[in-house]
Formats: sequence, C-alpha cells, structure tokens
Amino acid sequence: MNIHEYQAKRIFRSHQVPVPEGYLARSPVEAEFAFRRLNVPVAVVKAQVHAGGRGKAGGVKLANSPEACRAIADTMLGMTLRTHQTGEDGKLVRKVYIEAGSDIAKEYYLALLVDRETANIAVMFSLAGGMDIEEVASKTPEKIITVRVDPTIGLHDFLLRELLFRIDIPQEEKKQLKAIIQKLYSLFQKHDFSLLEINPLVVTKDGKMLALDGKMNFDDNALFRQKEIDALRDFDEEDMREVEASKHGLSYIGLDGSIGCMVNGAGLAMSTMDIIKVYGGEPANFLDVGGGANEDQVKNAFRIILQDKKVEGIFVNIFGGIMRCDVIAKGIIHSGEELGVKVPLVVRLEGTNVQEGKAILAKSNLDIISAEDMADGARKVVEAVKQAK
Amino acid sequence: MGILVGKDTRVITQGITGKSGLFHTKLSHEYAPRFVGGVTPGKGGEEVAGLPVFDTVREAKEKTGCNASMIFVPPPVAADAILEAIHCGIELIVCITEGIPVMDMIPVKKALDRSRSRLIGPNCPGVITPGSCKIGIMPGHVHRSGKVGIISRSGTLTYEAVNQTSLVGLGQSTCVGIGGDPIIGTNFVDLLEMFEQDPQTEAIVMIGEIGGDAEIKAAAFIKANVRKPVCGFIAGVTAPKGKRMGHAGAIISGGKGTAQEKIEALQAAGVTVSRSPAEIGKTMAKALLRKI
Repeated sequence: MNIHEYQAKRIFRSHQVPVPEGYLARSPVEAEFAFRRLNVPVAVVKAQVHAGGRGKAGGVKLANSPEACRAIADTMLGMTLRTHQTGEDGKLVRKVYIEAGSDIAKEYYLALLVDRETANIAVMFSLAGGMDIEEVASKTPEKIITVRVDPTIGLHDFLLRELLFRIDIPQEEKKQLKAIIQKLYSLFQKHDFSLLEINPLVVTKDGKMLALDGKMNFDDNALFRQKEIDALRDFDEEDMREVEASKHGLSYIGLDGSIGCMVNGAGLAMSTMDIIKVYGGEPANFLDVGGGANEDQVKNAFRIILQDKKVEGIFVNIFGGIMRCDVIAKGIIHSGEELGVKVPLVVRLEGTNVQEGKAILAKSNLDIISAEDMADGARKVVEAVKQAK
Repeated sequence: MGILVGKDTRVITQGITGKSGLFHTKLSHEYAPRFVGGVTPGKGGEEVAGLPVFDTVREAKEKTGCNASMIFVPPPVAADAILEAIHCGIELIVCITEGIPVMDMIPVKKALDRSRSRLIGPNCPGVITPGSCKIGIMPGHVHRSGKVGIISRSGTLTYEAVNQTSLVGLGQSTCVGIGGDPIIGTNFVDLLEMFEQDPQTEAIVMIGEIGGDAEIKAAAFIKANVRKPVCGFIAGVTAPKGKRMGHAGAIISGGKGTAQEKIEALQAAGVTVSRSPAEIGKTMAKALLRKI
C-alpha cells in the first residue's frame, strides 16, 4: 500500500523526523490560507498523487505570495498529472500540499527497505540526492552506501559507525543523520514498511537536515495489524476495478490490451498474459480468481473484465487442482447468460473433473470456443478477435 | 528416491482441525498414507480423519515420531507455527499459508539458519514425490512417477508443467513449489543441488517469475554445478513495472527482477528456456534427447 506525501510527513513529524512546516489544501482558498499560516516568503505547492516524477510534469510549483499560491492551486487542483509513473491516463489532482520553502545547501538520499535475499533491513545512503536513484544505482553503484540490519539483533551503534565512517560529510550533519536513521528504523519495524525513501534529504543553508520528500510503502499482508496505516489508504488513487476485485477475493490488474483473461493462480495468470502476446495479442488484464473460486467469484470476474471497454475477447484458462472444472463451467454458463457476453469467449479447462466441465460447456447454448491447451486457447482467442473486427 | 519426501516421511498437520487443513490432510493422506497426526492448540486428545490431534508440536513429535509438518494456520499466527516446528526439530516444514507479513518471516529465516530444519514456502502448493508422499494442495492425479525434478515459485503453473511432463511420458521424481513470497525458506539453489545429487532425477524444470533475483543466483549455480539438463520458464514477460502480480514477491521494483533479465541469465548458463508456457514438457523432452 502507498500513501500520500502529506501523510508521510505527518508520520515523520509525529516521530520527530524533521520536515518543513506544511498544510494540506483541497481548494484554492485553503491554499491561500495555508500560505498565510506558514508566514514565509516562498512556499512550494505540491500535487498530492501516488506517483513519482511530479516536478517534471508540473505538479510542483513555487509561490511567493498568498495570491500566487491560490492561483497555482487553482490550476493544479483538477488537472490530470501525467508522469513517467502514471502512464497515459495520468492522475487527477484532488489535493495539494503547501509547504514552507527551504534554503537548500545540499541534497542527499536515504532509504530503508526489506532486503528479501538476506532477510534483513537495508539502510541505504547516497550523497547523490535529488536524482533518479535507479539511475545512480545502475551507473555509479559505488555512490550508494548500504548497511544491512538483522532485526533480530537490532540497529546497533557499530552498524551506524560502519555507515557514517564511509560518508564524507561534516560531523554536525553525521549527528543529525544518525538520529534520523535511528528514528526511521524503529518506525520501519513498528509499522511493517516495505520501503521508506527520502529523496531528497536536504541540508539547509543554516545546517539543518530535513526530509523534503517522503515515500512510504507498506506490506499489504500486515495491514490487518496496522489499523492507523490502513486508515490512510486513499481509494481515489487506486484503480476502482482492482479495489472491487479485491473485495470479491480476486486479484486484478488492468492493462492496455484487448484480450480479457480469467485464470486461477498468479503464475498461470501471468504466463497466460505472456502466451497471448506470443500469438500476437495484447492482454487487457491480469486476473487471478484464486485457488478455491466458486460460481459467484467467476461471475464477478466476468463482470470486472466486461467493465473494461477495451475488451474484444475473453480467454478463460483454468487448471483445476482444488478448484473443480465443473464448478468453473457452471460459473461461466451462468455468467454468460446473466451478463450477456458479446465478445468471443475461449475456454480452456484442465485438471480435476475436466470431463464433467467440458460436458457442461458443450451442452450450453452459449457460443463458447473450446481450447485443448493454453497455446491453443491463446491462438484461438487472438484469431477470434481479429475475425470479429 | 526423489528428494525431501518419500516412504519414510511421517507428517503432522499444524492446523489440522481448520477447514482447509483437514480437507488437504485427508486428500494428501488418501494419496499416500504418510500422515501420523495433527496439532491444534486446545484440541489435544481429539481425533480427526482417523488421526490423533495434539496441543503442541512437541507432544506430537514425542507420540508419533513425526519428521515433517504441513502448516495450514492463518497468516497472523503462521510464523509462530513455523517457529514452533523449528524449535521442536522437525526436519521438513511445508507452509501452505498465504499472506504472512514479511516482518514476521525475517526472524523465521534467521531461526532456520541456526537450525537443521528446512522450510518449503510459505505461500506454496507444497511438495510431492509421485506415488510415495504428498504434502500440500496440488492435485495428486496429474503426477506420474518419473525422471524430471520440478522446482517452481508458482502453484497452478507447476501443475501445468507437471501435466506436460506426464503427457510426454517423462514423469516427475519430486515437485517442489517454493512459494511466491519475498522471503521463503528454500530457494532454487538448494533444490538444484539436491536434484543434481538425486539418482532418480535425470533432468530439472525450474519455473520462475518476475521479482527478486533468485533465478539469477540459480543461473550462476547451474553454470558452475549442475550437469543434468535444465529447462526453464519465467512468467511475467508482459508484466508492468511496480505492480504486484498476485504473489507478494512478484513485483518488478526499481527496474530489477524483470523476466527478460532472468531469461538471459538462464540462457547464458546453458538452460533451455521455453518461451511458451505450453511448451515446457516438449522442451524438456527435447533437451533430454539431446543429452543422450
């Protein structure tokens, strides 16, 4: 789960991680008030959307008066921000964050993340702050200094020394950095983070270290015990179909293609997308109905796939293990009858009770193209979509 | 032969009285009668599916001499169940549970490093040596005893590979679903080593997916240590960046862990990579023929 910058900064503030003063605004008037309340010569107006690269897309602007702040907020609110992370559709700006401008002397990078290979928490620091860290990591990996913390032992001073002695910054900054890392580490553990990134972590001209941005990702599997974090979830920022799918126990991700997929199992769902591509089609979605789907779930899956207007054909690919093919077959028929599937529908069934499943499909009045295996199914759905055009 | 499980495996189910725990214990026990009991705290002394229930793993081990455990307890308490099994010295722990917080798995991983226990999973279909022992949720009937060792991060995609190797007449020595989570007990490398040593296994199929770098490490290991033919498949060539594709571990983050990167590493290590998930069986058969 992701949260907004303003929410991340609230969390920082309540844990004594220094951040610039700032206020959230949902309207131009609120933005003007925020500026007056800050009582500073320059404020930064920042669009609050779940995406990086806002600056380049016009989602971060400087204001030097309450009126200017109001005018900037007026243009920004309601605009659709397209950054390299939002894709073509972009993200609608519903909120802006008005923050006191900082006199920046230096920009650093600081992040904590779960290192899955070693089962540790990695603390990463770089003097090359403010830049695209992925680029820094691939071109000049030596500029990123990493220490790995075993959480069963804890973040001890020796680890911090290992990090700090490798960094060429003034003593006064090291002291502040050490305190910030300690606070972030305990925050990270306490709230089940998977990533906590500050880029840039700045030093102001008067020598103060501040978190100028804050990116926080949380472990979805731990939200059951992180009620405060879960409450920060902003459904406006999520794909409604994904949200609806998850309510029905389905895992759905919308894509740009025209062939809707319904599959059981994440690995099989991903490779179904892949094989559609092999035969010259483009998948419209990833959809995993899960291990023990029932008729209702199948129906909901169809409904979600059909809501996507780009869908010109559907490929159902089921390898029944625990899930029985006859149950799936009944679900397909009932959905077809109720929802009126008007696009070509290709079904491949394999596994438990496959004969019963195929018999049920054969008896129905629905126009179902049956496939022998997943390659056959992918080929048939791509062809059927071409012919229907 | 095969690896990990066989005729001498004595299995208990942690969470045996739960709905899925009981259902899959019955199916697995019907497939091959290797189950000797189960554990549900507070239900010790009862009997389900003809198997005795104990309050603790310690008691179950003392009374049954079990050497393996299948875990079906809910995510918030699953790490605790794995730790209990490690604490009692259970040699093989298979955790089916999906949705365990990563922060809970870190101490589990550390405890495993200090123990003699091996964990398969979590969030996996389990382990099967066809005809001899099944611990998990995979459909037993698609398996045939044979010569291909299968290692996979996915569930149904594994069944796909199993079915294909059965259809081309190769069969399987042992199939292991290692799980789709970011932190798992046993990785490709451990199992590649075991399959390389196993006399029944003549060839290996490894099925990976996007996210992490386990397949890259596997490729390096294969290049240096594996002489048996290996056929690979990586799911997620078309997966978008930054999106979690169902499995908690299947996510391309920071431009790392793409399918393409993994396919190239495997090919460079001499692995025959099947571009289509429908060709895994045939690709394996061809690779084996070449070897002869």
